[in-house]
Amino acid sequence: MINIPSTIKISFKSLRVNKMRSALTMLGIVIGVGAVITMLAVGSGASQKIEEQISSMGSNLLMILPGATTAGGVRMGIGTQPTLSMDDTEAIQRECPSVLYVAPIHSGIAQIIYGNQNWSTGVVGTTPSMLYIRDWQLEQGRPFTEEDVRNASKVCLLGQTVIDSLFGSINPVGQIIRIKNVPFTVIGVLEKKGQSPMGQDQDDTIYIPVTTAQKKLFGTAFPGMVRLIMVKAQSKEDLNAAEKQIAELLRQRHRIGQKQDDDFTVRNLTQAMQASEQSAKVMTLLLGAIASVSLLVGGIGIMNIMLVSVTERTREIGIRMAVGAKTWDIRLQFIIEALTLSLIGGAFGIIIGISGSKVLSMIAGWPTIVSPLSISLAFSFSGIVGIFFGFYPAYKASLLDPIDALRYE
Amino acid sequence: MAIIETREITKVYKIGDIAVNALNSVSLLIEKGEFAAIMGPSGSGKSTFMNILGCLDKPTSGRYLLEGADISGLRKDDLSTIRNKNIGFVFQGFNLLPRTSAIENVELPMLYNSFSANERSQRAEAALKKVGLSGRENHHPNQLSGGQQQRVAIARALVNNASIILADEPTGNLDTKTSAEIMELFTKLNTESNITIILVTHEHDIAAYSRRIIKFLDGYVVSDETKT
Repeated sequence: MINIPSTIKISFKSLRVNKMRSALTMLGIVIGVGAVITMLAVGSGASQKIEEQISSMGSNLLMILPGATTAGGVRMGIGTQPTLSMDDTEAIQRECPSVLYVAPIHSGIAQIIYGNQNWSTGVVGTTPSMLYIRDWQLEQGRPFTEEDVRNASKVCLLGQTVIDSLFGSINPVGQIIRIKNVPFTVIGVLEKKGQSPMGQDQDDTIYIPVTTAQKKLFGTAFPGMVRLIMVKAQSKEDLNAAEKQIAELLRQRHRIGQKQDDDFTVRNLTQAMQASEQSAKVMTLLLGAIASVSLLVGGIGIMNIMLVSVTERTREIGIRMAVGAKTWDIRLQFIIEALTLSLIGGAFGIIIGISGSKVLSMIAGWPTIVSPLSISLAFSFSGIVGIFFGFYPAYKASLLDPIDALRYE
Repeated sequence: MAIIETREITKVYKIGDIAVNALNSVSLLIEKGEFAAIMGPSGSGKSTFMNILGCLDKPTSGRYLLEGADISGLRKDDLSTIRNKNIGFVFQGFNLLPRTSAIENVELPMLYNSFSANERSQRAEAALKKVGLSGRENHHPNQLSGGQQQRVAIARALVNNASIILADEPTGNLDTKTSAEIMELFTKLNTESNITIILVTHEHDIAAYSRRIIKFLDGYVVSDETKT
């Protein structure tokens, strides 16, 4: 019969006797567990950041671009042929059940003037649905309405970057700015969104009613045509259905025959983003795998020390056997010693891992997330390492012959 | 019934191709409560015989009955249990655990048995008292004299109520005066607690404490005298 509590006591005692050695052996596991936790934190921090950027774009997005025009045998590329109209936009909203919101975009670059300041930025003509598509809230003021679109009102919503460049500390709502010398009233301020996954500044923008953009700013040779259409699907699962419904509807509306190519392109923006999210997750796994190699090395350190310890304590093992220790009493004693080393090391490793992640995000500015899962994973892995690498020395100890062991000098 | 009975025990060691007969059909009977000394020159087989009596080693052939039970066919772990319950060892070099207090050394055999922590410390204290070391419970071996260390070892042998104490040259590392004290302790345990004591020694004045002297030579028992 094996007395577990007293075996644990014996193990603790012998570790205390060799404090320095025990501490150094633990250090390997401390570093291993710390590295695993830190690397997983860096990885999941990166994933989370990408996820945030994706959701800042708005979720479940489709973008419809006009088709390519051909001039004298030269194909001009996507978006050169004005094939998308305001009517298409309304038809999509009306007839595609998987579509939640639709908004047209008619945009251009323009110089903006306020007082003695000026700034060049993208001016986006669109409809009120755009704010829902992009999940974009207003920081203050009000959004423009369907009525503003109908009347081609000269009102605008400003992004944070534009405000910083033009207004400084003045409250922009109610002020008049000039876009291409046309006066616009600022009616609202868009909340800060930060970088897009492509690295663009999403806040360097101005939203105005699409009709105003068409009639008063950028003009168009084909009245009622738009540069592109943004669509938000009902849900992630509806994305493919929405893509199909839109293609079918537009082919029908544009009277495209069976054998003809589409005169538009539907792009799934979310898919592209998800690919980069996927690669971030793969990176997390990779970092974790590399870090666990150091945990393995720590385990080999434990085995090394335990083997030395078994040899040094041959006589002690002999005495224990003589007074009645059985095979598994001896084995358990050494396994528990190894396990104690690795688990105490693991506990310190958790502290190192958490503070390491904090330091990394402070110094390098990387976002890090320490998840409870990564902590329990690293800790239980350290336990497994302890048992695994403790077993061989323990097995060796239990095979000693008590007579030889008692005579060992 | 004899507490120890060996029937034609033989032990053969193989060193390379040469077989060495350490014991040649040794048959002995030792009764409960005896105090026997085993003597003989180096290589006479007395240590091998003691190892077999202590269940640390098994005979090549022959049978060994301990309290009537044949232990020749038992497995390693069963022998551990018998050593734990029936036999106490006292060694020439004391064999205490270093950096471990006296009382913890005495508790050692009970760790491999089903005693509660409370029982362990009570019994260990009682055993230390029996060998005259009350008040030294928390001393470490390096803080104790040779004689005191050997007393701790004797307490360790007693603590599980072993019926037999096997002592392998217990006074070999001690001076004459301390040796006498240790031998008096053995005599007291033998007469007062009726513990069977078998000791190996070179010295005639140590052997003189016993009531029976068994002499070994070249693996044979050459004389076996009991005092009257």
